[in-house]
Amino acid sequence: MVPSTAYLALSALLFTLGAVGVLTRRNALIIFMSVELMLNSVNLAFVTFARQHLSIDGQVAVFFVLVVAAVEVVVGLGLIVNIFRSRETTNIDDVDLLRG
Amino acid sequence: MEWVVFIPAAALAIAGGIGVIAARQPVHSAIALLSVLAALAVTYLVLAAQFIAALQIIIYAGAIVVLFLFVVMLLQFRAVAGPATKLPRQRAAGFVFGALYLVILLSAVLAAAGSFQPAPEGFGTAQQIGESLFTTYLLPFELASIILLVGIVAAVVLGSRPAPPGGAG
Repeated sequence: MVPSTAYLALSALLFTLGAVGVLTRRNALIIFMSVELMLNSVNLAFVTFARQHLSIDGQVAVFFVLVVAAVEVVVGLGLIVNIFRSRETTNIDDVDLLRG
Repeated sequence: MEWVVFIPAAALAIAGGIGVIAARQPVHSAIALLSVLAALAVTYLVLAAQFIAALQIIIYAGAIVVLFLFVVMLLQFRAVAGPATKLPRQRAAGFVFGALYLVILLSAVLAAAGSFQPAPEGFGTAQQIGESLFTTYLLPFELASIILLVGIVAAVVLGSRPAPPGGAG
């Protein structure tokens, strides 16, 4: 039987990959996909802990994460499309009006 | 026995994760993300979360990745020339802090790891999750429906062209 250590290590690794993607990439869409990667790694941790404690609460939490992620993708992609319409770019370094 | 399922799934998930952040074209990132989602759905099945695995495929792979692909098609990316980051050494700093973060995260989650007991009959089925949703988590469930409504309205507002100035709104 695979120990929970393996699942949690996979989850941590995927979360780190997502975080590195957000830090190193400049394309708004790829940054957004990296955020999805982090959300998924957290879901894996939730499911692992639900299995470890034999409690369904972790899986219900994943359900809510899925709902919020779906809404977040819709709103975020709408924003990216609007930014592209007005500025012809998806490079987040080009969208810096708030820069001090 | 479970290792036979876990190792290919984990390898596919890690390869997909690297693909998401390393691909030059956003469409390749989206395909890599799809492979991560499918691999994670397999691990959910091993972890006795059948319903969540089905949701993962339907919502994430079915809806979210398709949405990403549509936006990638809409935006017609030009080839971006060179690493034009405005912050110096951002990439190197990202990798260094990412590695440090991985160490911290691993030490935190591995401290919480424990052993698996055999799952009882019916654990992780749609019935059990549904019972929990409509009793213990009824209020969050209703709030989730409001969030979905807000998302729909936001999509309509963001997707519509701005009204011409002086128009009747």
